[in-house]
This record gives sequence, structure tokens and C-alpha cells, in this order.
Amino acid sequence: MSGRRVDGAGSWLDRSRPVTLAFDGREIAGFAGDTVAAALLASGAVGGFVSPVAGRPRGVYAAGVEEPNAFVEISAPWFEPIRPATMVDLVDGLQTRSRAGVGVLPASSVGARPARHAHRHVETLVIGGGAAGRAAATIAEGRVLIVDEQPVVVDPPPNATTLTSTTATGIYDDGYVLCYQRDGATDVFHHVRAQHVVLATGAHERPLAFAGNDRPGVMLAAAARAYLERFGVLVGDRIVVFSTNHGGHDAAETLAGAGAQVVVVDPSPRPGAATERLRAAGIEVQLNARVVGTDGEPALTGVTVSAADGQRTTLHADVLAVSGGWNPAVQLARSLGIGLRYDEEKTCFVHDGSGPEWLTVVGRAAGDVPASFPLWVVDDGEDSEKYVELQRDQTVADVADAVAGGLTHAEHVKRATYIGTTIDQGRTSGVLTAEIVNRLLGWAPGAQGPTNARPPYTPVPFSALAGPDSGPILLDPIRVTPMQGWHDAHRAVYENVGQWKRPRYFPRGDEDMDAAVARETRALRTSVGVLDASTLGKIDVRGPDAGVFLDRMYTNRMSNLKVSSIRYGLMLGLDGMVFDDGVAMRIGEDHYVVTTTTGGAAAVMDRFEEWLQTEWTDLRVYCTSVTEEWSVVAVGGPRARDVVAGAGTDADLGHDSFPFMTFRDAMVAGVPTRICRISFTGELSYELHLSPWHAQHVWNAVMAAGEPFGITPYGTEAMHVLRAEKGFVIVGQETDGTQTPDDLGMAWIVNTGKGDFVGKRSLVRSDMLRDDRKQLVGVMTEDPGRVLIEGTQLLADGTIPEPPAHMLGWVTSSYRSDALGRSIALAVVAGGRRRIGGQVHAVVGDATIPCRVADPAFYDPEGTRRDG
Amino acid sequence: MLLIRCPWCGERDEIEFTYGGQAHLAYPSDPETLSDAEWADFLFMRENPKGEWAERWMHAAGCRRWFNAIRDTATHRMIGAYRMGEEPPG
Repeated sequence: MSGRRVDGAGSWLDRSRPVTLAFDGREIAGFAGDTVAAALLASGAVGGFVSPVAGRPRGVYAAGVEEPNAFVEISAPWFEPIRPATMVDLVDGLQTRSRAGVGVLPASSVGARPARHAHRHVETLVIGGGAAGRAAATIAEGRVLIVDEQPVVVDPPPNATTLTSTTATGIYDDGYVLCYQRDGATDVFHHVRAQHVVLATGAHERPLAFAGNDRPGVMLAAAARAYLERFGVLVGDRIVVFSTNHGGHDAAETLAGAGAQVVVVDPSPRPGAATERLRAAGIEVQLNARVVGTDGEPALTGVTVSAADGQRTTLHADVLAVSGGWNPAVQLARSLGIGLRYDEEKTCFVHDGSGPEWLTVVGRAAGDVPASFPLWVVDDGEDSEKYVELQRDQTVADVADAVAGGLTHAEHVKRATYIGTTIDQGRTSGVLTAEIVNRLLGWAPGAQGPTNARPPYTPVPFSALAGPDSGPILLDPIRVTPMQGWHDAHRAVYENVGQWKRPRYFPRGDEDMDAAVARETRALRTSVGVLDASTLGKIDVRGPDAGVFLDRMYTNRMSNLKVSSIRYGLMLGLDGMVFDDGVAMRIGEDHYVVTTTTGGAAAVMDRFEEWLQTEWTDLRVYCTSVTEEWSVVAVGGPRARDVVAGAGTDADLGHDSFPFMTFRDAMVAGVPTRICRISFTGELSYELHLSPWHAQHVWNAVMAAGEPFGITPYGTEAMHVLRAEKGFVIVGQETDGTQTPDDLGMAWIVNTGKGDFVGKRSLVRSDMLRDDRKQLVGVMTEDPGRVLIEGTQLLADGTIPEPPAHMLGWVTSSYRSDALGRSIALAVVAGGRRRIGGQVHAVVGDATIPCRVADPAFYDPEGTRRDG
Repeated sequence: MLLIRCPWCGERDEIEFTYGGQAHLAYPSDPETLSDAEWADFLFMRENPKGEWAERWMHAAGCRRWFNAIRDTATHRMIGAYRMGEEPPG
């Protein structure tokens, strides 16, 4: 190949603006408007690339996204690991190197192209700014958007917005189209919603399979023409055009007109209109002829042609331009499920007209392509030299191997050969491969078509999909309580609970978590501790039917709860499995506030709304999420009453006047507060529910009042230990969606006499009544110092059998208990309650350790401590 | 991405909605009277037709209301949406 720039051509080029390209360490002169591939061809470069599998020398083959050979890494002015050289526009400072089909990410971070996202709503989106697309846009009404993957759209219609260098990467339901725009050095990812989508994506020229068809210098005829018309690059001086159709013939005429010496090799036995025109222009046309081989070391120097009479001649040539027919580019629509039919005259698959009514296919994409002589593979020569897929180095012989192995479907052959699994997604190889399979099986042309196509149409950088880095706040909200600043100042170590940041423990000095948790739990059991429980989910439930509604949502009765009283409740799924738990507080006749788990608040709210809106539409109930309207300061321990009193309150805290599971609306430290006697630790406890605006003030008052008692702030880890000592479950820790109330030993909270509630019917399904269901029990290691890992599997005896072993269950919670001076664990064990007092064996590595099964209420099972 | 017409808010992108499965699947008036098989049928079994069917959606990032819609499962075409308690269109 001896490409050179010629005068009078190059509609995309700005010859007044020279731009220098760095490619594999060489400086190459080009102009603004060039692509890397165009500048390389203009410089006379031949080849310059290698194939990724066999390492064969390769040259530029195409002029667009279908390029299978020429790939570059871009290292400046931004980094991209790999991109077709045909799709990289020259810009100042552009540095590239050749890449063999596979990009390489550098070890250190690199500057990806900045990206942003945009949303567009239009009446008509036209994909493709060629003649057919522009014609469709011109007559469209309303807002019209044209996108085209190339950097130039000629004569854009004035009624349309036109985005160049913009690829529609996928068409989805209801006219939703994603478009990837390269806007200079920035990527823009457009989310377009269009009432009407026009697919004007044109057609891709197809190569032919003949021996030696991968040599540098062999390229698509339309590409040779495009380099001349767009960039003023004549790719060679002696060009053989191997063409089955007038598209290739037209290219030959254009190339000859620019000064190349052109010979056309046409397999058709009879002359057509194009033949006559070419001959009239003085171009040699050999009919009933085929290219059967190429020469060159490695770049093309000669083309061997077999004439009608079988006579072989070798033509001196530096370019062999190939046109084996045209494939309408309907890949984008195929993910919508459109059908294809085979057109025998055009030897290609065309849209059969099916698909959504908002989609129209026009122009060459709709099958308006030249008729083509049906030639796919040239019989002469070795099949192992006839390349089908350049990027995977797969030949006709490889396809034959796959078929000989019993594969008959193009999708299977694709997976056996990797044909079409390339950066160009098989644009040049897909239809050709399917047709070779059809031939090998003795099937008619078009008996099966190419493999399916899925988005994205061309590769999209992850950085473009990700969009701008807008910081953590838009990634996932971080929720904090009003006491966050205080927690920070007191060295809280946080854990994430849903979106919430909750203090896990407050280390002092050089304490580790175990030491801090032991100190925090000891303070609460012996004196007083304070927990920020503001993250508890809270739902305000109002209306004349609020009690009836809650009766149907919880397993126990809430409608008979007295005003100013509190009741614990379990909520089940329709399948009878525990879904969430919390308490209900009755504020007034028609007014409750219910609490949920920290992580379950949104799901419980959703479930309330779903039942009220879809099933019990007659109930007069209104639910409002008030999680962030109420902060909670939980004061617990034997001195809790002294501390709340010391903080200053007008409530009578005496046990008889303010008993367990009731609440009082009163003043605490000058702030209106709902004081609730609830305990999740077994100790005397007051939860102070109040406005978040004043929560820090009340927290401070509690800390000050507690100082004489050594009040200790504690975190979620201590809370977990304290509740486990009491055998209280945490939904999501002891449960995984397969536990009924009875499995948790909580049958006492299921009121089967009150009427129907969600999940009730499921509780008496036969599977729920099995006596070997996994039940919640306590587990104590024989060695009191041994703390099991949560998730540890439990066996009936101490030898580990060959797999599959029959596991009795597993440990759900496990801690070192300061109050008990030993380790404790909760577990779910098959038939566990019958095993209380017996032994199980925990599997730790290759060994087992013996454990005693116990009642889960380890500490103060009589509940003597809750009233102080 | 589907374009869904919320009966309260109008046409919005699918990402604003959560899906609620088969519509018009009434909760039994007296589950206690159902056999285990009948209850399991209500609890677990759903239609899976090719073509038009009625399904539930909730406008989670909008008005947070549940509604019903008819969709063609073969083409993904949204045929119509209607409020709870209303008859399907057409």
C-alpha cells in the first residue's frame, strides 16, 4: 500500500490546520478532521498492527466501527485502553500506540475522560445522519434529534438538533435510547426518550472469504472510497477491486477517478449496468472471475485472479478492495425482538417489518442496498488461509471444525470459535459465518441468519456510564442522628446499619472492641448506660380504624391497648415468617406510633401502605413515616431512674404510677418528651423520645445527671450483647426469612383468637407443624472462654462425617458476656427445644468443640431487674 | 426502560416505580376455610401468560400510590394503567 494525500478531495478535512499524531513512537502528520487510521494511511503506512491470537501482521481494514484490525491505546491527552483507530479523531497532543485487540490497564491510576449525563425528550429521534436519516428528520414534526457516530453530518436539517460523534448504544422499551457522545475531550451520556425512533443506521459492507484475505493492503471497498472522499487519502496506486455488487463497482470508479489504476474482479457471469459504465470509463472489468490468492511480505504486492476459463494471472497491486455485499445495520433494533428475513437478490438479512409501532427503519438499514452476486467463500485455495474473523484469527477451516464437531447453530459456532465476540462485535464476520455454516450443512443461503445482537452497539467506557464524580452524597445517602457530633468527639467507632451510621462502641484509652464492650455492658448492668436509639424506625398511624389495622398487621392484639400503654409486636409475611418487630404506643383512641427495626423502617412503611391501598381500602387509616421527627435517648440500668430524675422532669417516675410498658408525655430538661418504659436489655430503662432539635441538649442533661453514677455511653455492640444475654432476638440476625414465631420460641405473642392477621393461615400449614423445625436455643461452649464465630455449623455428635454432613443448625449470635463471665451464643437448631440440657458439637475448622444447649434467656430469666 | 403512565402523576420512567406482580389477586375473605393446597395456590402460584396481563405497580419515587396496569409481556407494550378499584381499560 502506498497511500497518499490527493488534492480536491477530503470533505471532513481542514487542511489549514495541521495536527501531529504520535503513533508507536513515530510522529505522523495529519490535519484536523483526520482519524488516526486516515492519518496513518495518508503517511503511506502499510500494516502497523498485528492480530491478537496468531500475531499476524494486519492493516487498516475499514473506516468505521466495523474495524477488526487497527486498534490503538490513547495515552494523551486522556487515557483510553483501546479504541478503533478509525474512530479516534486527531486532536493536538494525541499520543497513541497500537494494540492487538486487547487493551491493557496501567498499574497506576490514569486520567479517564470526564463524563456527564444528559436527559433529552423529543418527538423524533433519528439514528444516523446519512441521506435517509436526514430525509426522515426533515419531515418530522416537533422536537427532532439526529445522532450520528461519525464526526460529520452533511447538511443537517434546520428543524433538527444534530449531535455528531454520538453513538446510539441501545434502544430500549418505549423509545428509550441511550447515546454515547464524544464531545471533544468530554464524554456525554444521553438518556433520550423519543415518541418515535427512526433507525437510519445504514449498512455494513461484507468481506469475502478467499485465501490470503487478511494480508495488510486488503480492505473493504467502501472504506477505500471513504478515505478518499472524507480525508483525501488515496489508499493505493494499483488497486484491485473484488466486488459482487454495484456498491463495490462504484468505489472502483471513484478510486480510478482519483488517479489509481484499477482492475475490477467480478464473479458475476454477465455484465450489468455498472460493468458497462466502468468499461466505458476505461476501467478493466474481469467477469466470472475470482480472487484466489494474494502475495506480499507481508504487505500486499500481488493478487492472483482465476478467470472464467480457469486461467490464473497475478496482478501487481498495493490494495485489494473487497465488497461481498451489504448487511443492513439493524443490530440496535434486534434487542427489541424485531425479525429478519433473507433477501436472495441482495444476499442479506433485512428487517421483516415487525417490532414496536414507534420504531421505523429507513434507507439502507431497511434493506435499500445493492443487489449482490451470491458469493461467500471462494472455493480455490486452502480453507485455513481464508479468514472469516480477523480479530479472532478464525478461518473457514475453523468454522468447518466446529460444524464437524456437531454444531449446527450459528450461536453455538460463535461460542466454539469466538467469532463475533470481538470489539467490533462481528460486524464483518457474523453474516459470513452463518452463511458458511449453512453451506457446510448443505442448507440454502439464509437458512439461518447471524447471531443475535445486544446493547451496547459499540463499547462504552465505564467512566461514561458512571458519569461525573459527585461525591458520596449522591451515591447513597448517609443518615446520622443529632448526636453525631458528640459521638465523633467521644471517639465513636461506627457501623453501618442500612444508611445509618451508628456508634458501635466508644473506646477509651487503648481499649479494643472487646474491652470497650465489656466495660459498657458492665456499666449498664451495675449502674447506668445511655444509647442513642434515634435510628429506630417510627411510623405514625392515625384514623378511626388504626387499631383494627394494626390487629391485622401484628400477630397480637393492638386494638385493646390502653392509651399511654406500649406493647411489643411481631409482624409476619403472608408466608408466616417473621418480617419485623417493634412496639406500638397508643397515643390516643385513633392514634398510635409504632417502632420498627432500624433497617426495616422503609419496608414496614411500604407494607402498611400496600395493604391499605390495595386490599383494605375501606379502612380509615393514615400512615406517616416519623423516623427522623423523633430522636431517642435510651437510659438504662439500675440507676436509670435517678438519672432521668436528675435531668429534671415533672413526670412521676415511681414504679407504681409509671409501670413497665407505659409512657408519659412530660418535660425532661425543659424539653417536651415522651418517656417510654421499654427495655431491650432487661434492666430498668427509660427511652426518651423527643424532637431532634433538642436531642443533643437532653443527651447532655442526661450525661450530666449521670456523672455521679459513672454513666456510660454504649454502642450497638454492647446492645447486642445485652439483649443476647436476655435471649431477645434481632430480626435479620436470628432470622433469615425462614423463622416462624414458634421457631423463635415466641408462640406466646401469636393471638389466634383475635381474627385474621397477615401470615396467620400459613402458621398452620403442615410444614410449619414439623417438630424438627429449626428452633432458637442458647448454646454454651463447654470451655467458657471459647467464643464461637457467628455462622458456625452445629452437629449432633463430635465426629465430622463425610460430606454431605447432616447439620443440626448454626450459630446466629455469639459474644463474650461480662455479666455471665463466659461466652454465650444463640443458635437455630433442628428440634432445638427438645435438646435443651443436651449436647451439640460446633464445627471449627477440622475439629469439633462440645457445647451445651440451653434456654436462650441466659441472664435474669425471671425478669427481676426490669423495674430497678 | 418502560414509560409508565401513573394514573395520578402521568408518564414517568420505570425507575420511579416498584413492581408488585400479578394484579386482581384478592386476599381470601376467610383464609381459615382454605385447605393447605388452596392457601398455597394463593400464596405461591402466579399466572405467567404470553401477551396481555394485569399487574401492579407503585409510584415509589412519586406519589407512592399503588395502581394496576395492563402490559403485553411479549412486546413490553404498556397498554393502560388504572387506579385501584377501577375496571381495566378496554
